[in-house]
Amino acid sequence: MERKIRVLIAKPGLDGHDRGAKIVARALRDAGMEVIYTGLHQTAEKIVKTAIQEDVEVIGLSLLSGAHMTLFVDVANMLKENEMNDVLIVGGGIIPEDDVPALKKAGISGVFGPGTRVDEIVRFIIENVKR
Amino acid sequence: MNNLVSKVIKGNTRAIAQMITLIENNDSDAIDAMKEIHKKSGNAHVIGITGVMGSGKSSLIFELAYQYRKQGKKIGIIAVDPTSPFSGGAFLGDRVRMMELATDDDVFIRSMGTHGMLGGLASSVFDVVEIFDAAGMDIILIETVGVGQAEVDIVKIADTTLVVLVPGLGDSIQTIKAGLMEIADIFVVNKADKTGVEQVVAEIESMLDISSKSDRETPIVTTSTKKHLGISELVSEISSHRNYLKKEKLIEVKRRKRYEAELTEIIKMRLMNLIFDESKFKERIDTLIDQISNKELDPYSAADEILGKILK
Repeated sequence: MERKIRVLIAKPGLDGHDRGAKIVARALRDAGMEVIYTGLHQTAEKIVKTAIQEDVEVIGLSLLSGAHMTLFVDVANMLKENEMNDVLIVGGGIIPEDDVPALKKAGISGVFGPGTRVDEIVRFIIENVKR
Repeated sequence: MNNLVSKVIKGNTRAIAQMITLIENNDSDAIDAMKEIHKKSGNAHVIGITGVMGSGKSSLIFELAYQYRKQGKKIGIIAVDPTSPFSGGAFLGDRVRMMELATDDDVFIRSMGTHGMLGGLASSVFDVVEIFDAAGMDIILIETVGVGQAEVDIVKIADTTLVVLVPGLGDSIQTIKAGLMEIADIFVVNKADKTGVEQVVAEIESMLDISSKSDRETPIVTTSTKKHLGISELVSEISSHRNYLKKEKLIEVKRRKRYEAELTEIIKMRLMNLIFDESKFKERIDTLIDQISNKELDPYSAADEILGKILK
């Protein structure tokens, strides 16, 4: 049995809209992945500790409120501090194109804004998971 | 691997998480390491929580864990959700209700899919219980799926089994399938803030009157996780049950049933892998299925042939 990809879908910060995150979560499940969902209003610390316990290979961060440069980067830095260097980080939500290079530099490997097809996200994860 | 095992026994979070992943993926070194883990297990109180979907199991686990933490206990939580038999994937959402505990280093929450072809509880759940136990956890809470075989199977792993019901399910007790009502060491009627609680309690009581066989009266506790009510009573009943098991020397009996169930699951899993995954049988099975479809052969004769090959 091939090892399943375990993904953590997290909603950092105060943004209360999780419909998109749940749609992505379901698509990943339908693609054969095990998806753990944190629910709303998570801190970077909770997200990282959850990622460690659940031993996930992928973290998907969803944010629509515009605080991604702080919150996504916080998560990426905290993962580095915890030596979780094999985790693929992807992000989605309302993220301006101009912010994407800085996010990638901070360790967010894929940024998927509105209009992204879910199968693009699935393919990205399968191709980029660090094994 | 030895390094990983010693870290697990010291309670290192990362090591525990990695060991669980290795076991879930049938890593042979990890399976070998279970010999040592097995020797160090057997101390934790294992509590199984089952019941219909939407009965508030996850929230109840959160409340229980919160109380046990006040007692200074170390907690392991296994949250099981169904794996799709079609895609092989799973949406593991039980943790949502428990995230307030996510920063407590003495609470370890692991979400798992059911992933066995045979339904029920995957053999890896037994392993995770042992890993948690060997890592020094005092209480292990297991939440099962609200449907299927896993509900009833939980009694094979747990020392204390809680069956959670809620008011407003109509003829709830009558329609609840056989087995679920029989496995309870404690009944919990959750969402007690809603109307209809007394009816559910009365139904459980009358059912218990008819079927009472054991020397212990099965307690019924009403709780409301929303209003944080009834939780200390529940903790108290769980503790009483644990004392009852110790007094009547039933812990050994329970453990024996657990190991029997685990052995059975491992054998089943290995046999299924051997027959359906190993290529030497796969081709023959495909041919046999074609023959059954063409009415050249019946399923029993086909099974005789395959089993004959294995049991030779």
